Amino acid sequence: MASEPTTAPMGHDAALLQKQMQHSTFKRPGELAVVALLWLCGTISLITTVLIVTTLFGETIDFFREVSPAEFFLETRWQALIPGTESFGIWELVAGTANVVLWSMVFALPLGLAAAIYLSEYAHPRTRSILKPILEVLAGVPTVVYAFFALTVVTEYVLRPIFGADRVPIFNSLSASLMMAVMILPTIASVSEDAMANVPRELREGAYGLGATRLEVAIKVVLPAALSGVIAAVLLAIARVIGETMIVALAAGSTPNLTLMPLEGIQTMTGYMLQVGLGDAARGTINYTSLFAVASTLFVFTFALNVIATWIVNRFREAYE
Amino acid sequence: MALAPPQSDQISLRAQGRVARRQAFSRLSRYVLLLATVTGIGVLAVLAVDTMVRGLPVLDWQFITSYPSRNAVDAGLRSSLLGTVWVMGTTIILAIPVAIGTAVFLEEFAPKGRFTSVVRLNIANLAGVPSIIYGILGLTVFVRGVELQGVTLFPALGTTILAGSLTLALMILPMTVIASVEAIRQVPPSIRDGSLALGATRLQTVRHHTLPGALPGIMTGTILAISRAAGETAALIMIGAFAFIAFDNKSVNEDFTTVAIQIYNWTTRPQEAFRANAAAGIIVLMVMVIGLNLVAVLIRERFRRK
Repeated sequence: MASEPTTAPMGHDAALLQKQMQHSTFKRPGELAVVALLWLCGTISLITTVLIVTTLFGETIDFFREVSPAEFFLETRWQALIPGTESFGIWELVAGTANVVLWSMVFALPLGLAAAIYLSEYAHPRTRSILKPILEVLAGVPTVVYAFFALTVVTEYVLRPIFGADRVPIFNSLSASLMMAVMILPTIASVSEDAMANVPRELREGAYGLGATRLEVAIKVVLPAALSGVIAAVLLAIARVIGETMIVALAAGSTPNLTLMPLEGIQTMTGYMLQVGLGDAARGTINYTSLFAVASTLFVFTFALNVIATWIVNRFREAYE
Repeated sequence: MALAPPQSDQISLRAQGRVARRQAFSRLSRYVLLLATVTGIGVLAVLAVDTMVRGLPVLDWQFITSYPSRNAVDAGLRSSLLGTVWVMGTTIILAIPVAIGTAVFLEEFAPKGRFTSVVRLNIANLAGVPSIIYGILGLTVFVRGVELQGVTLFPALGTTILAGSLTLALMILPMTVIASVEAIRQVPPSIRDGSLALGATRLQTVRHHTLPGALPGIMTGTILAISRAAGETAALIMIGAFAFIAFDNKSVNEDFTTVAIQIYNWTTRPQEAFRANAAAGIIVLMVMVIGLNLVAVLIRERFRRK
């Protein structure tokens, strides 16, 4: 801050200085090599992307040599692992994923938003500095741990006593969705809270000045003003649910099922992928290539969600700056 | 015209009617919202207690030092703990230099241009790629190798510690880069300018001023990424790390298993005794993960005050 007034009037000297700096940039032997090495580091992320895209879509093309795109996109039955009766309609797996997204959001969205509003509008800074890190621990819990709980606690001790043991199969979408909701709570709460914290004070003070209560300010002023951030948070959370594997693989079952009902066994895209991964399918078989077809579908979904979320955040960020 | 001062018992600052109702709602909302905020934490607490009750009876020295077994009573975490340490160590060695290099390149050396913005955007997108996709990448590239028209572009490593670590390194790279970039941005430009003005080269400035200043932030981000890798299961199962390991790992070219995979394995068994083993494994894994998170938070808090 202090340097600003001194640099402004000496434009000529600054230009000279810059020139000297450029000369001195690589004056030591070996510095160019180090910078080249750093550049190489930067390209590794690009190589990763290229590898992901080429491996996924390369094998997917092989898959479509045996299975017509029409079957993949228009049929609804997915039965891949029983030889002789194969059917590769992606919609059963997409429905499984949508099922988990729907029910995890039903629980995570209200709770996450409430937490964001509380942390941003109600909590004492000290309370927030304690609650927020604890809440974020939820996102750091390994998902295999959530998977264990979904199977052994949620289904046994929560869902079966509530709905009756005969109506709740041991593998069901709701147990996975509930644990998934706990997992993504911090994502929704944190990203939304950041957006709410960026809403300028003047908007709040204006509303308080007009006699609004704290709840009204939070719901009617801050939440709408931070809506783009909230939407981005939800999209990021959905992307995480879609990509999460262990919880659904262990708790939601392995029967592709075209349903959005919560108390049924289902299979998600990731669940199918893990099933094939465990089975060690031989390279070149239809099971192996179907893994890549499903993976490509999954990749396209999560990629689109992430791009849209980033776009929303960037597009609407400047509204108050 | 003089107004008579109002009688003190006639006016009241208490709101009435609709306003009173709105204020009551607002007061009540504080507790409802607080309840919602702590719901997730409450669930975590319940699960922690449940795990303790199930797992602690099993968790003893014999459990830590035994190989996996067909009998739940004899089974232990020895090979998976060693595997976790090996995989974590190798992942750190592979990922951290590249992550810091990428961050330094992006923040300090990259020319403002299309290439740089593509790299930035690309890293942001990679951070959102599901771990199981990284597993598939590891399976096709690291485990099975890449061969193009008879030329080996990447040797087939098999399902080894090295292949697993390379997979996890790529998986945590975007997170680590993003955290490092943020940390480097926190270093005040005046420090950089001062160093450059005294004649230091850009690389000397990075080495002696920018990186030391950014180190706490970089370490925090790195430790959080490592703790994520420690609990990763799907990507490692995808590359085929689901073997029965009853030996101590001695090099990165061996098969391996990790605590997370072992927990998955035990959870899938129908016998109740293996569930107890899984719970005990979860206690060990959570101690590792929460320990790492705690270290990260401590580093952040310690350096924030300075």
